[in-house]
Amino acid sequence: MRALSVIFRKEVLENIRDRRTLVSALLFAPLFGPLLFAAMIGLILNKSVRESDEALTLPVAGIGHAPNLVRFLATARVTVRPASYDDASARRAIRDGKEHVVLLIPADYGERLAHAQPAPVYLYADSSDSSNAKYAQRARQVLASYARIIATARLEVRGINPLVVSPVVVQDVDVSTPAGRALLVLGMMTYFIMFAMLMGGLYLTIDATAGERERGSLESLLTTPVRRDTLIYGKILAACFYMLVSLAISIAAFSVSLRFVPLEQLGMTTNFGPLVALKMLLVAAPFVLLGASLMTVVASFTRSYREAQTWLTFVLLVPTMPIVFAGLMSVRPSLRLMLLPSMSQHLLMTSLLRDEGLPAGYVLVSAGSTLALGALLAWIAGRLYRRESILG
Amino acid sequence: MIRALGLRKSFGEVIAVRDVSFAARDGAITGLVGPNGAGKTTTLRVLYTVLRPDGGSASIDGIDVVRDPLAARSLLGVLPHASGLYPNLTARENIRYFGALHGDRGAALAARVEELVRLLELGPIADRRAKGFSQGERIKVAIARALVHSPRNLILDEPTSGLDVMAIRTLRDVLRRLRDAGTCILFSSHVMQEVTALCDAAVVIGHGRVLAHGTPAEICAGTGSANLEEAFVALLAQGQEVA
Repeated sequence: MRALSVIFRKEVLENIRDRRTLVSALLFAPLFGPLLFAAMIGLILNKSVRESDEALTLPVAGIGHAPNLVRFLATARVTVRPASYDDASARRAIRDGKEHVVLLIPADYGERLAHAQPAPVYLYADSSDSSNAKYAQRARQVLASYARIIATARLEVRGINPLVVSPVVVQDVDVSTPAGRALLVLGMMTYFIMFAMLMGGLYLTIDATAGERERGSLESLLTTPVRRDTLIYGKILAACFYMLVSLAISIAAFSVSLRFVPLEQLGMTTNFGPLVALKMLLVAAPFVLLGASLMTVVASFTRSYREAQTWLTFVLLVPTMPIVFAGLMSVRPSLRLMLLPSMSQHLLMTSLLRDEGLPAGYVLVSAGSTLALGALLAWIAGRLYRRESILG
Repeated sequence: MIRALGLRKSFGEVIAVRDVSFAARDGAITGLVGPNGAGKTTTLRVLYTVLRPDGGSASIDGIDVVRDPLAARSLLGVLPHASGLYPNLTARENIRYFGALHGDRGAALAARVEELVRLLELGPIADRRAKGFSQGERIKVAIARALVHSPRNLILDEPTSGLDVMAIRTLRDVLRRLRDAGTCILFSSHVMQEVTALCDAAVVIGHGRVLAHGTPAEICAGTGSANLEEAFVALLAQGQEVA
């Protein structure tokens, strides 16, 4: 036990003195997320506010062929810009990015309309360019409602109730509010938090394993009357310490930076006060042991600092996979998912942000299964250090 | 007292140590000499318990290194061939860390570290971080680190490689003083002059076997050679025939 604390204190001291490590573990990693994040949310909110009431400017060629249509467009808040495109030049204008969308009214439009034949109008747009999709969409909607008005008028003229041609009415109910979209992004916050936590212990882990071997201090260390698994447990504990610090800094930074994001203007409370931050720290903390042990196990197989760095970069991705998955599939918390480390922390933290109640059972199962896997990995790391080949 | 009896150790197909038996007395400096690849480092690694032998046995002051490695280690001071320091700790902290791992603490440990700083003339670098140390400075700190728990037995793997003349003289001085205080010292070397200058006894090994064991004079007499270097060459030639 005393040896454990001797090793722990030495690793902590040594890491504190390595400025590069300290900056990346306690400054860069925990602050990078919140800053990027605040900027991202800000952008998204701005964009969704702008999108909904932006007027469409529509270049129309052959404007003289359809004066009524043009008048209708104006009433639907579409600014009509007369243009002189033919088929070829309209295609070119779209392809070259000069126009988002072009409406071409052919010369026979009026005549066909007058004879109650389908009158074609041509809408040019590039569907492979998703940033233009909204312009074409908007133009299509406006044109369709114009067509509906004419159709209704024709039916009424012929003494037919226009409702007979609308047997089914589809009502779109779009629940994707800007606030909902922000929540999706808020879910990604746990990704940054977990990443920062792992970064907090990354360099210490490499230094304490591959680094110690590369510097040639490992063999001397193994000649002291301390069991090899105790040596590695001490190192894992030191990594845990820094990971906890990184985790705390990261959550605190999020809590502070989100105050500067105009979430309220969308009628959404951020719900990220000190109490929620503390709860988030508590539900995420069990993952620290798992992360430190996993990195130690992987680093034990590597021969050099550089090699360890390469492999551990992959390890940084592993625990973040379930988070990405959960974000994409919008997974909801369930007791079974609490058995899955990293997924469970993600779901619990997201629930806290949404101000949903956390069942105590969920928290316990998440902490229990994560700590158990962490302990298992720590034990494996201890076994690995008992191999002779650890000397390299 | 360090004893090896019929030690054997292979790594896969390669037999590093075939059959090594010898004893290193207390109050004596014993040199383990042999060419590169003779099995010196493997033998020492078995003695200081980082490798387990495939066969044979070894003991430190009567304690079996396989059965009770922790007890054996606390009786041993070790300077492995690779003796890196922690670059972000000062010389003093490097030494103190190992003392703490040996279970020493407080004022007694501080006094012992101070004593070693004096003994190895580490004064000017004691509170500097090890990052910029020269090879000589590094090895001196590593030796102090190996001695921090005042071990009764000392194993050094090629301690003088990379040292300048002055550092070698300091090291020899320290080893002689420890011997006179009754410490059992075993060190490996492939430099014959060094063994001649320092050792009370020598164990010559080649191809994983002991080729000769005795005082330098006895070994010379055994092969009819004028000095240890010639004896060494003669022994290796014989060893080649045996192998």
